Amino acid sequence: MLKTFPKGGVHPAEDKYSANNAIETLPLPKTVSIPIAQHIGAPSKPVVNKGDKVKVGDKIAESAGFVSANIHSSVSGIVVKVDNVMDSTGYKRPCVVIDVEGDEWNESIDRSTDLKKEISLTDKEIINKINESGIVGLGGATFPSHVKLSVPAGKRIDVLIINGVECEPYLTSDHRLMLEKAEEMLVGIQILMKALGVNSALIGIENNKPDAISHLDTLVKDYPGIKVHALKVQYPQGGEKQLIKALINREVPSGALPLDVGAVVHNVGTALAVYEAVQKNKPLFERVVTLTGKSVTKPSNFMVRIGTPVTDLVEAAGGLPEDTGKIINGGPMMGKAVNSLEIPVVKGTSGILIMPADLSKRKKESDCIRCAKCVSVCPQGLEPYLLNKLALLEKNDKLETGGVMDCIECGSCSYTCPAGLPLLDYIRLGKSRVSQIIRSRK
Amino acid sequence: MSSIILFTIISLSAIGAIAAIILYFAAQKFKVFEDPRIDQVEENLPAANCGGCGYPGCRGFAEALVKSDDISDLYCPVGGNDTMSKVAEILGKAVEAKDPLVAVIRCSGSPEHRKRENSYDGASTCVIVSALYSGETACQYGCHGLGDCVDVCDFEAIYMDKETDLPVVIDDNCTACGACVKACPNDIIELRKKNKKDRKIFVSCVNMDKGGIAKKACDVACIGCKACVKVCAYDAIIVENFLAYIDPVKCKLCRKCVEVCPTNSILEINFPPRKVKPAQPEGEKENDNNIINQEG
Repeated sequence: MLKTFPKGGVHPAEDKYSANNAIETLPLPKTVSIPIAQHIGAPSKPVVNKGDKVKVGDKIAESAGFVSANIHSSVSGIVVKVDNVMDSTGYKRPCVVIDVEGDEWNESIDRSTDLKKEISLTDKEIINKINESGIVGLGGATFPSHVKLSVPAGKRIDVLIINGVECEPYLTSDHRLMLEKAEEMLVGIQILMKALGVNSALIGIENNKPDAISHLDTLVKDYPGIKVHALKVQYPQGGEKQLIKALINREVPSGALPLDVGAVVHNVGTALAVYEAVQKNKPLFERVVTLTGKSVTKPSNFMVRIGTPVTDLVEAAGGLPEDTGKIINGGPMMGKAVNSLEIPVVKGTSGILIMPADLSKRKKESDCIRCAKCVSVCPQGLEPYLLNKLALLEKNDKLETGGVMDCIECGSCSYTCPAGLPLLDYIRLGKSRVSQIIRSRK
Repeated sequence: MSSIILFTIISLSAIGAIAAIILYFAAQKFKVFEDPRIDQVEENLPAANCGGCGYPGCRGFAEALVKSDDISDLYCPVGGNDTMSKVAEILGKAVEAKDPLVAVIRCSGSPEHRKRENSYDGASTCVIVSALYSGETACQYGCHGLGDCVDVCDFEAIYMDKETDLPVVIDDNCTACGACVKACPNDIIELRKKNKKDRKIFVSCVNMDKGGIAKKACDVACIGCKACVKVCAYDAIIVENFLAYIDPVKCKLCRKCVEVCPTNSILEINFPPRKVKPAQPEGEKENDNNIINQEG
């Protein structure tokens, strides 16, 4: 019997068309627009000006606080402007726009491909290096990684959990990474273990990736303390709280963080980025992006420089299919439709999904009949139909006591609702109102 | 038999009498003194309970009026100056007359002027759209057209025009309670001074993009060219972030700015038609159209 989380969850069609296609490096774009706010926390402060020459890996924006991240140039060339450009948030926001000239890397980056297993830095130095390299959670939430590694005094961490679940349908970027960069990733995990001072790390992978599971299982023999766990396929297992429950059977209390139950969760992509930063001195300026969809000619996994316009990826995958109805940044469950193909790839872009027109319309709304399907699929044990109603009526106090802040916005309720109600849309609205109220209390 | 009935009546009366005595003393002991003027004031308030004064309902406002010594900052937008002077009379406090206000919609981006570039089919409310993205057009500041302002209006003073996809304020019904101003996620609605004959001149745009970008997104966007600033004799217009704003207090309704605006983003409403000058037949027509649209 495979492990999974006990409460709720759904199992949408997997449709992982690009699972067998190796990662290709996308040709360099002509211009990149690198948003200065592509992580959770304070937007970074640009440190370059119009006309400056930058190399690959040069810092172009500086972290603006503890919960923030440095941003590095992903190309070499000349800064044309620092201006508002449409990005994946659906708004025009400040970006550093760079015209690409050649591909000249910062000299300090080790570009050799040989595996460097020896970890020479101390735990403090590792965290500093990760902070310096602008690494954020690459699973999609983009929470600055150094914050997760800086364990407050009095808390004890005993296990590191590595998230290789990739429970979103269609997406395959983490899957390909686990197959192609497994050794580097494992060294990255060891670095993270050293930074946290833990002896054990668990890699959770859903059972629909048997090749990745067996590949990692053979490799981990050389890495003491690291174990691979196959998990039953169930969305949203990639959620931190769900994964912790599935792997070590600990429940993160409402309002608490994983570190309150002695665990820290990092994505497999983040582990690789940590390896590259610590061992090769390479800051985070590229990532794997899945470009996929039912009618896409060539569903692919691309190694993409941050700031590359999405249209470049679409072209490389055989162009925009004629029946395109919607383009989604991320997976079909939690991703968000974009309103322009010119938006740049950012640190949190795990995939671009092109949906045909017939699949991109919402169901026609009808009335809630209290069938409670949403309640049974909610992985957080909430009552989505009720939260939806409370949000509509602006009953903010009842929303708060109803646990709206525990919602992880996985969308299982909206996916299941037979009445086609936009449950998550209203819950998210309620959540933002309640979090404003909570903040104003402080 | 009759003794049972008699006994029942006597015992129930006795219980009733004892309870009445206890209740009387309890009412004396726990009596809450309430200023009778609160009731008097409340009777004079419009009983709309709209919250436009900033207090929870008319009763809450009445309490605040009675309790505070200086009531010059308190104002009931629905009742207006008449109500406030009556209230001041009851309380023997001073109150200044305020200019009545009316809500105006600062966006003219109908589909004709502002092309729809994508289609949104999610939850039908402006506040959710604005949390998700910049909207169906290239203008990220303008009206989403899903009518959050209509939903919150207690006075049936605002409706969606199906042709323009924009809200329209019915000036006679508008009480300037400000509910629509709060509901609009893009801050398009503004409460402005109500002038004689309900005439008004305002910049019907909130786009803060540079001129070129604004113009590309919408034909009638303010491009921040400052032509209106130059022509204004009363220093009533300021341009900030490529967006003009006409100060309703300084503005003398001379209409010069309307004539010079290259994008027709300044509207004049409820004015009589201008005398036709042979030199500018085009501009005249457009201004007349504005009047007709807003009144109809």
